[in-house]
Amino acid sequence: MRFSDQFEQRFSEMLTHYPTKRSVLVPTLLYAQDETGFLSDEVIAEIAGRLELSELDVRNVISYYSMLTTKRRGKFNVQVCTNIACMLRGGEELFEHCEKKLGIGHKGTTLDGAFSLEEVECIGGCSWAPAVQVNYDFHENLTPEKMDRVLADYRNRLHE
Amino acid sequence: MPDVNITIDGKKVTAPAGTLLIEACKSVGIEVPSFCYYPNLSLQGACRMCLVKIEKMPKLQTACTTVITEGMAVSTDTPEIHQARKGMVELLLGNHPLDCPVCDAGGECELQDMTFSYGAAESRYIEPKHHREEQQWSPVVYFDRPRCILCYRCVRVCGEGMDVWALGVQNRGVSSIIAPNQEDHLECEECGMCIDICPVGALTSGAYRYKTRPWEMNHVGTPCTHCADGCKTTLGVRRSDTGMEIVRGDNRDKSGINGDFLCIKGRYAFDFVDSAERITRPLIRKDGQLTPASWEEAFQLVGRNFRETLERHGGQAIGVFGSNRTTNEENYLLQKFARVVLQTNNIDHHRTADFPALAAALAGKSGRTASMRDVYSAPAILLIGSDPTEQHPLLAWQIRNNVRLHRARLYVVNSQSIKLRRQATLFAQVPESGGEAAFIDFLAGNAAHAGENAAQLQDLRDKVRAEPELVVIFGSELRGESIARLVNALPQAKFVSLGDYANSRGAADMGLYPDLLPGYLPLDKGSSFAADWGTLPTLPGLNFLQMSESAKAGQLKALYVVGANPINRFKVDPFAFSIVRIADAMGFEVHKLVPFRRGEPADMGQSRGAQSGEADRHAVWLEAHGLEPKMSPFDPMAIFDEIQRLVPGYEVARLNLMAGNDQHTEFSGLGALQDPGLIVPANDGLFTSGTLGRYSKVLNSVSENQHRTEQTEVAAD
Amino acid sequence: MADLVSHPDEIKIVSRRFGQGATKLDRYLELDGYKALQKALSMQPDDIINTVKNSGLRGRGGAGFNTGMKWSFVPKQSPKPKYILCNGDESEPGTCKDRLIFEHDPHAVIEGVVIAGLAVGSTQGYIYIRGEYRYLSEIMQKAIADAYARGFLGQNIFGSGRDFEVYWHGGAGAYEVGEESALMESLEGKRGIPRIRPPFPAVVGLWGGPTVINNAETLASVPHILLGGAEWFANLGTPKNGGTRLFCLSGNLERPGVYELVVLDDTACIVKFALRTMKFYQHESCGWCIPCREGTDWLKKTLIRFHSGGGLMKDIDNMYYLSENMLGRTFCPLGDAAAMPMMAFIKKFRQEFEDHLEGRPCACEGAAVEQLPVMAD
Repeated sequence: MRFSDQFEQRFSEMLTHYPTKRSVLVPTLLYAQDETGFLSDEVIAEIAGRLELSELDVRNVISYYSMLTTKRRGKFNVQVCTNIACMLRGGEELFEHCEKKLGIGHKGTTLDGAFSLEEVECIGGCSWAPAVQVNYDFHENLTPEKMDRVLADYRNRLHE
Repeated sequence: MPDVNITIDGKKVTAPAGTLLIEACKSVGIEVPSFCYYPNLSLQGACRMCLVKIEKMPKLQTACTTVITEGMAVSTDTPEIHQARKGMVELLLGNHPLDCPVCDAGGECELQDMTFSYGAAESRYIEPKHHREEQQWSPVVYFDRPRCILCYRCVRVCGEGMDVWALGVQNRGVSSIIAPNQEDHLECEECGMCIDICPVGALTSGAYRYKTRPWEMNHVGTPCTHCADGCKTTLGVRRSDTGMEIVRGDNRDKSGINGDFLCIKGRYAFDFVDSAERITRPLIRKDGQLTPASWEEAFQLVGRNFRETLERHGGQAIGVFGSNRTTNEENYLLQKFARVVLQTNNIDHHRTADFPALAAALAGKSGRTASMRDVYSAPAILLIGSDPTEQHPLLAWQIRNNVRLHRARLYVVNSQSIKLRRQATLFAQVPESGGEAAFIDFLAGNAAHAGENAAQLQDLRDKVRAEPELVVIFGSELRGESIARLVNALPQAKFVSLGDYANSRGAADMGLYPDLLPGYLPLDKGSSFAADWGTLPTLPGLNFLQMSESAKAGQLKALYVVGANPINRFKVDPFAFSIVRIADAMGFEVHKLVPFRRGEPADMGQSRGAQSGEADRHAVWLEAHGLEPKMSPFDPMAIFDEIQRLVPGYEVARLNLMAGNDQHTEFSGLGALQDPGLIVPANDGLFTSGTLGRYSKVLNSVSENQHRTEQTEVAAD
Repeated sequence: MADLVSHPDEIKIVSRRFGQGATKLDRYLELDGYKALQKALSMQPDDIINTVKNSGLRGRGGAGFNTGMKWSFVPKQSPKPKYILCNGDESEPGTCKDRLIFEHDPHAVIEGVVIAGLAVGSTQGYIYIRGEYRYLSEIMQKAIADAYARGFLGQNIFGSGRDFEVYWHGGAGAYEVGEESALMESLEGKRGIPRIRPPFPAVVGLWGGPTVINNAETLASVPHILLGGAEWFANLGTPKNGGTRLFCLSGNLERPGVYELVVLDDTACIVKFALRTMKFYQHESCGWCIPCREGTDWLKKTLIRFHSGGGLMKDIDNMYYLSENMLGRTFCPLGDAAAMPMMAFIKKFRQEFEDHLEGRPCACEGAAVEQLPVMAD
């Protein structure tokens, strides 16, 4: 199992921040997922081994946090907030728009593996609703038209 | 701890500081309901059933997480509380399948009881219940997921109690679900504690499920027949086509020394009794073939042969080999038969611990042995050799829980990195074969340690010596002189010597030795027995290896084997015994003595009930053949009278014993040094139990299912 | 990233460096940065605690406990290390104030953490930022690194002979982790299940050591209090609740922004609003205790049916009954947070629920303002 040098550097540095090894688990899983797209059995075994945890324990933790996934996702994970503030300003319509546009539903992934779609809870974009996160990037004050441009931008990035 | 005074439902209650409110209520007979609270497991506060009203607190409080404080005034049954509990039950029933009529737990279900108590009979929800398919996690563990109410008892007993950590909680919120360590199946010690502790029918046992309704069973408490830990197992028995059938083993009434603990063997491995291959009729070799015969015919043959052998060649030509699995009374009677009737001291058994050496080391000292209860309460324990997790599951449970709940200090000296090192304050690994004994020499002396991990061993010696109250537990790695040195090295300690079989200690206590009478009395110290029994053979007998030699030389003409498998154990040449063709009436070991079927070893167990009939048959037999003098009484109670009268160390509280309680016995005899080569450890693991185990379907199915690869060690939490 | 708004009546304290480039350490220093910390280094721990106590600063995470009081519960002597934990797991729907603090004024949080450390005798602090705020984590990590580089963190801070370490820690998506004991579990690498209390974190917290847990805004307020004085800060607020606080305004408004409250207007359907609210709590319930796990799920399931036209009259009472059975009986405040609005919806808008039953369009009359209950600090 190989992660990037940056991951390794971050991982070994984080280990020095806590009195217990397992304390690095949650951020480490997220960084690992950033590199591998999802938390495969192999990644779980690797991290469990490094932190002297059982794989069961690691799986239990993964399944608790909504950002962590053991299923393959698209390169760009489109997370549409439909919580109250966003809902009141068209978040649900935006989500439906994305469904149509991408041809996938909640937690679906496009056949080409480019996009995944997810309806998410509050991402802290309330004052700039409706808000969407694509991977970690915020897109706010969206309309269906603006959303089309956002998606087009990402599609263009696929070929970069 | 100082006492704290509180008021519960108007009753004045005094309990030690630190007591949980739920326990304080229990102490005065007020039951506060709970699903997630379980004594001695970590607190959860999850099920919210134990909500009570505490004065000055605005909200209802969970009695399971509240420590009592002086002056606390508590109400446990107000309309508000009743409604809160009813509300919880309603919420649980919302998703809980109402398949009680086909649920194993029906009739023994805490959710049913709670529904009955709080009357949540009306269903308010019309949405479909969450459904998930049932899963089989191992040959003995099934998980019916929708029935689970998430009390986390299974997770905790597996992790905290067993130190196995094979169960966890997957997902969150309403999707939360108990999950096994291998995603869709379990790899664990298969103790079944998770099933036993489950308040509902979510976890069910492969051995029991769908076999019976609980109320159709009668319950019979009995000691477990497998290892030497002395657990009580309550067998659920039910009438069947073939008489009575054992359908379940557990210890839910916690009446044994094991509390609620049982390992896989105690819980499931009673099934050998139903093995189709079990020999239930005498077999007599006729024209080279073993042929079923009547008891009368068999007794006549055996009696005649014994008498002829005795008359022609004397007692020295007869050998007797007793059992680690029969009762004290049976073994007592067997050695008495050997000595009084067959006029021989040629009696032995499969020795798995050097009890005579410990008896010798402790001669003249009292209060120097520890019981299974002491292991749970001692402030410090030194464990030398053995692997209790595998070989003595209850002992391991007691040690683990003593460390976990009482912060006992555990010192482990072992040549293997046994699992209990995870609880150890100090673990010293010593070299294989002889490391433990060498450690005793170091412990007994003052010399610095020269070998590896010297500093650690030095530290261990200092710490162990400084322990004011210490229980020392040792396995068969220590024998003879080492035991004496150990006892002398730690004058403050109490000792436990680990035998391997259900009644290894009893076989030794009852004098199944060629040179020791019951109570470890050397032959020349047996005047009390002689006074009772008449003349005893004075010539020291042959041990089993010597009997084998004697048979080879044509001197030993008959061997009487009861409930044992000596040929296999001692690896002696079975053909040495080719002339010896007498086996125990109930058929233990005929296979090995006489090549039979596939020539595989096949000693068969038998229930204790059957064994008590044994003595009666002996009576008939002895009478018929004039071998009877002084052998009566045959009634087990009367035999026990005689044991109490004649055997040192058995001055026990008889009523306590008869009530099924544990009773500690001391070594009071003199003992004698034994040939250490005669001690052959059973080396049974969690899923084996000698011959009994080979005929247990459950143990076999679990063994086959296990990929007992070296598991990666994980942190204990 | 996030646009800023302002209102003429605002008193800017915590937000005074917003938009001023204060992420850069030099600029932060120009804006009185780290002065409070240097002042704190010359103060007695009890004086710091008393100043904060007297300022009337209350937890900005929701529970609103007096911050100085909270600090005073930390035992002076402890065999285990003491910790400061900054709660930046901001996940409350309609709340995005901490996001602005991290984005515009990360050093204020760091400074607040160190001052808290000096007050309670801790030498180690963690700033927990929710996983979704990756860009803020990067800003914060940079700020921490810059502070270390100048000797404001680490050994011998400001040449005072005192040490203090600050680390960033990231979450991975869980509202429940905003509850302070669940936050500690999460930081320890576990599922974010709240802990049984007592013991309280001030006595037994992270890894068993005494721990001060404060919201990011709370800690960012602390330097201002030390510089401006307790009295000044206290006078800005109400008698029992000193200072200002950030409000995050969102919903159907002309100018949403960080002020506060979710605002509904008469175009919003209360049943739909209730459904979306319960969907959130159902999704975020950790599942630990029966009433919250099962209750939020039944409320959501019933509301889905109800909203889509399959409601029954008895559902309304059932939902109220169910919420009543949750209220005050759950393991942590999340259950209350779900039950309280549900009961309020039914109590105040029963007619709208009944109208839904009759298949009429929602008769939403007048603007309704609902203040959502929030998680503990």
